Amino acid sequence: MAETAQKPKTKSTAPDQAFEPWEDPNAKPLIEFRGVTKRFGDFTAIDDLTQDIYEREFFALLGPSGCGKTTMMRMLAGFDMPTAGEILIAGQDMAGIPPNKRPVNMMFQSYALFPHLSIWDNIAFGLKREGRGSDAIAERVEEMLRLTRLERFARRKPHQISGGQRQRVALARSLAKAPKLLLLDEPLGALDKKLRQDTQFELMDIQEKTGTTFVIVTHDQEEAMTVASRVAVMDEGRIVQVATPAVIYEAPATTYVADFIGDVTLIAGEAKAHESVVEEVVPEPEVAAPEPLVAAAEGERAPQPNALGEWLHDRLLTRVLGPRKAAPKLLPAPEVAAVVEAPVAAPKAAPTEGLAIHWAAGQPPLVAANAPPDWAGKRVTLALRPEKVAISKARPEAANALQGKVIDIAYLGNISTYHVELANGSMIKAQMANTRRISRRDITWEDDVWVSFSDTAAAVLEE
Amino acid sequence: MRRWVLIALPYAWLLALFLAPFIIVLKISLSDIALARPPYMPQLDFGAGLAGLREFFAALDFENFWFLTTDDLYWKAYLSSLQIAVVSTFLTLLVGYPIAYGMARSAQEWRPTLLMLVILPFWTSFLIRVYAWMGILSTEGLLNQFLIGLGLVSDPLTILNTNTAVYIGIVYTYLPFMILPIYAALEKMDESLLEAAEDLGCSKFSAFWLVTIPLSRNGIIAGCFLVFIPAIGEFVIPSLLGGSDTLMIGKVLWEEFFSNRDWPVASAVAVVLLLILIVPIVLFQRNEQKAREAEG
Repeated sequence: MAETAQKPKTKSTAPDQAFEPWEDPNAKPLIEFRGVTKRFGDFTAIDDLTQDIYEREFFALLGPSGCGKTTMMRMLAGFDMPTAGEILIAGQDMAGIPPNKRPVNMMFQSYALFPHLSIWDNIAFGLKREGRGSDAIAERVEEMLRLTRLERFARRKPHQISGGQRQRVALARSLAKAPKLLLLDEPLGALDKKLRQDTQFELMDIQEKTGTTFVIVTHDQEEAMTVASRVAVMDEGRIVQVATPAVIYEAPATTYVADFIGDVTLIAGEAKAHESVVEEVVPEPEVAAPEPLVAAAEGERAPQPNALGEWLHDRLLTRVLGPRKAAPKLLPAPEVAAVVEAPVAAPKAAPTEGLAIHWAAGQPPLVAANAPPDWAGKRVTLALRPEKVAISKARPEAANALQGKVIDIAYLGNISTYHVELANGSMIKAQMANTRRISRRDITWEDDVWVSFSDTAAAVLEE
Repeated sequence: MRRWVLIALPYAWLLALFLAPFIIVLKISLSDIALARPPYMPQLDFGAGLAGLREFFAALDFENFWFLTTDDLYWKAYLSSLQIAVVSTFLTLLVGYPIAYGMARSAQEWRPTLLMLVILPFWTSFLIRVYAWMGILSTEGLLNQFLIGLGLVSDPLTILNTNTAVYIGIVYTYLPFMILPIYAALEKMDESLLEAAEDLGCSKFSAFWLVTIPLSRNGIIAGCFLVFIPAIGEFVIPSLLGGSDTLMIGKVLWEEFFSNRDWPVASAVAVVLLLILIVPIVLFQRNEQKAREAEG
């Protein structure tokens, strides 16, 4: 999860510049949904939805089944027409334009390969409808076969190749006509996990090579986070949040988004202004950071010359080396910024101006520095990612520390998730990388432990 | 041992119910007509031993097959049967395909009912249904009364006892055999294939032509053979609905057996008919096998 959030999403031609056309007020969107509503009978699948999608984007529609994401895609392809509102592609209103006249191609969830045609003819199908010359068609088909590494299977029928190969044929077929927009309907749903991960990177590669705008529909949040430049989280016909995967994960807009994306502990409570200055809450690196770094942060003395050395330098070496410079008394502090979590924009100053969230009787209030102070007095929810929660046997030096008992341990190989029950019965999830072999792990079931997190670890959500 | 029994069973069935009767018919076709009972010569006399057997085989000849070529009635009857069978198969396809398509595209809960409606006519005797058509198609029949009542025609149409009536009878009788295999092929088809075709630039019509038709090909072929094969030897429909000029080999066969009592010639007609039918039957079997392989 964490590595997908940190992956750079640079898709523009200049590699050092982030691809963010949605931040540019002058950028012209490729797709515009304007107040689109779609009803089936008295069921509202899409509810007054307005959204722009830009050229070269890899845009993911993410949501549980029945949230309207497939309907949005089918309206783009032209299989469904909006009940109200309009959809524009490249500035052109798509109302009344049938699927075969749109600059859009779709990769179907079932792949929908024509079983009576060979792989070659499947890929050539759309090109033949355009009435191109047979040489031009052959050239384009060969190009698509090379792109998807299917040259060896060109003469086979769809039922003679594997699921992963079929998926690539479907992709090649939908890309063959070089559409402005490619729609992918749960493209990797039928593949097993390992193949799915490989294919995700392949998809991103192909998207970058061809420069096509991709809109992908998926219910798999990991898939959406991996491939997409922006993710739209949908719920009941509305888009709840549209943002980059990192923002969606680190700064979810609502508890629904926080809960839908990844693992999270939600803590509801009442926010109050945090006044008391607690000594141990001075800005510090992330709680989970290894010990030596924290020690290093306090600074180390650099070697200093003694009186004899100063006398020798002044008498003898000034003529050669010039006058003696006063050496720094301390080494520069190590780079702490790299360890402290990046995306939270809120000030990281002393927590005098944070919020204290009173959430349960008998439990200390939780300190959060990354929320506007005027939320004091409101009911808020803390969304806490397990990997930002540390677990230890001794009481740690952290802004927030709670005592509890280990109820469950989910061992996932590279990491373990600990379910810690607090005295009041609420459950907090903490995650730790298994840097040691499992036999040397010192925390086990029924242990009394401390869970701790910094004052910026949790996202504070207004209720 | 058990394996041999399992294999032997269908072969014994084939031997007893197909091969043995065929050999008897073939033997009669090679015999000569005789005023006797049974009305043909020679008879195999087991008492005469090997000499009798030799004499028996010496008496068999292809005279009757030669006779079929001398009278143009026979080859005209074969050709006419072939023509009627081809035309009525084509007409059945024209009527049956839209019905099968409509059934396959109907709502899931309606399909069993529609399927039963297609099979329902089999619950009544075939003969009664053909007689019913005589009542409909005759000059004073329901159809003519209806048309005259509407004022569409002033004089009754002569449909009964013409080839038109035969076509109507064959199309009506064999329609289920056309619908069922086509429906089976269309029902299996994934509808997203049509959407994919449209997405790739097909109009609705060309998507039908390029995707639906090829994917129902096996059903079409099976249905056509299931209509064509019985239609070519059809006897009841031409004799009840057809006129005196309706020439079909089934009718000729019947007349040779029961009017002329010329069993050897009738048998020769039957053997030739069987030889003609072997070609489409083999083609049909091969198509079925290919369809199975493509699925498996």
